[in-house]
Amino acid sequence: MHADATFSTLVVVFLAAILTNNILLSKFLGMCSFIGISRNIHTALGMGIAVTFVTFCTAVLNYAIYYGILVEGAPWCAADLTYLSFLCFIMVIAGFVQLVEMVLERFIPALYYNFGIFLPLITVNCAILGVSLFMIDPNLKFGFKQTAAYGLGSGLGWMLAICLMAGIRQKLELADIPKPLRGLGITVIITGLMAMAFLGFQGIVDLG
Amino acid sequence: MTIYLQAIGMLAGLGGGMAILLLVANRFIANYGECSIKINEEEPFTIEGGRSLLDVLYERKIFIPSACGGQGTCGFCKIRAYYGAGPVLPTELPFLSVQEQDDNVRLACQVKIRQDLVIRVKEEYLNVKEYKAVVTKAEMKTADTREVHLKLIEPEEMEYRPGQYVQIFVPGTGETTFRAYSIASAPSSKKEIELLVRLIPGGVGSTYLHGVREGDEIALTGPYGDFVLDMSKETELVCVGGGCGMAPMRSILRHVAEVNPEQRGSLFFGARTDRDTMYFEDFQELAKSMPNFAVHYALSEPESSPEWDGETGFIHESVIRNVGSEGERQAFLCGPPPMVQATIKALTEKGMPRERVFYDEF
Repeated sequence: MHADATFSTLVVVFLAAILTNNILLSKFLGMCSFIGISRNIHTALGMGIAVTFVTFCTAVLNYAIYYGILVEGAPWCAADLTYLSFLCFIMVIAGFVQLVEMVLERFIPALYYNFGIFLPLITVNCAILGVSLFMIDPNLKFGFKQTAAYGLGSGLGWMLAICLMAGIRQKLELADIPKPLRGLGITVIITGLMAMAFLGFQGIVDLG
Repeated sequence: MTIYLQAIGMLAGLGGGMAILLLVANRFIANYGECSIKINEEEPFTIEGGRSLLDVLYERKIFIPSACGGQGTCGFCKIRAYYGAGPVLPTELPFLSVQEQDDNVRLACQVKIRQDLVIRVKEEYLNVKEYKAVVTKAEMKTADTREVHLKLIEPEEMEYRPGQYVQIFVPGTGETTFRAYSIASAPSSKKEIELLVRLIPGGVGSTYLHGVREGDEIALTGPYGDFVLDMSKETELVCVGGGCGMAPMRSILRHVAEVNPEQRGSLFFGARTDRDTMYFEDFQELAKSMPNFAVHYALSEPESSPEWDGETGFIHESVIRNVGSEGERQAFLCGPPPMVQATIKALTEKGMPRERVFYDEF
């Protein structure tokens, strides 16, 4: 991937983040809330939107912090502070989740109570920290616009996966599942099958 | 050296920046301003928004029942909210029937005050007061049930009906916790009330009340409960109690004996063994002054009580045997859910309308 951001490269990054490099189904990150709130499409969609928002905003902010302050020779601080990137990223994520929590409680209280404990747990949703860490992968050489596309795509990819799962689990309630597999067992098996299905997108786009 | 300073400065700056951002957001997003609350037909009052309705009601000395301390797990704090309470939350749904949802019933502990509110609280709750009481007597009645006498200090008297209950404040749980107990004394005993407390392992309320000693001070609110005893002459009363479900029955029976000893009726008490029976002699004695009142005790495990010569089997079977199927009747059931459900079934099969059967399960 090249650093100059033509429109087509942005589209490639965006689609790759959703389909071929789906953060959940290809890297199995963010499983906790994925399994926790995928019982109902409506809540899953709400969670997806919240995660997408946080992923996108934190990816952009963390990009600015990383290249503006942390890397060696950065404009605001010349010293190499990259060893602090984990700490900084998680701090930004935690702050953003607090913000989302406040906004949701104020404006969509029903959704807020539906999320319950999983809302503050977005903070430790590894998919979000994962996106922030992957975007600084030197092999990818992401520019600012690509990072934005990658963050948005990853969030939407996670949302797509959880909504699909919620749809399947709603149907599963009517299915006759062997007793030992009910609940978590069948959910993890289906996640595996979904991951294999997503491999089928491999030919379309490639992040490299 | 500078690298350390830079690192510390970087983290401090970032942390401070996030904190300021959140503070600003909090100032603008979570600021609900002054909200006015109108309760029933009273004059509205204003209050700072952002808190739970239950907290505000308690602060205004309106003691609606609540056993869990506002966690949304008991479902007692039902009120009607006509305006401003927002959508029903998923935490409330398990406690609200479809009918109640249509009637705007909400759980006060789950309603956060975000805007002006118009609510309706049951009239009887407006009469509920906060009492201070002192334990005057406490004795074990069976292996796990304790009779506790409370003398009211402030205010000194409580007006209540038989079948009503009080909420005992349980201290030391780290939050506002109340537990409900039926009053066992007759309404004529206004200055001193009696409770019957069965020890439930791990239960905060029963552990507390089994631990108090004579002279200890207790805080409570009450009276609650909308049961109204039908004392008209032709009504036959059917009282069925299991375990410490005997408390309201004692209140009812003593009240009947005082007010109209001629009243027709019967009392049923179900227990496993004769070690679990309570007040057997008391009630026999009381029944002597009431010619039309029968007392039935039945044991469900008679084989472990060789000296027992009374009725055996489940208590609803005794109800089937001893209650007629004609005339005006009113029933009050109190005890474990299976007992209550079986008795309701038995009584409705005997042609008793459902609205004449009151019950309290625990």
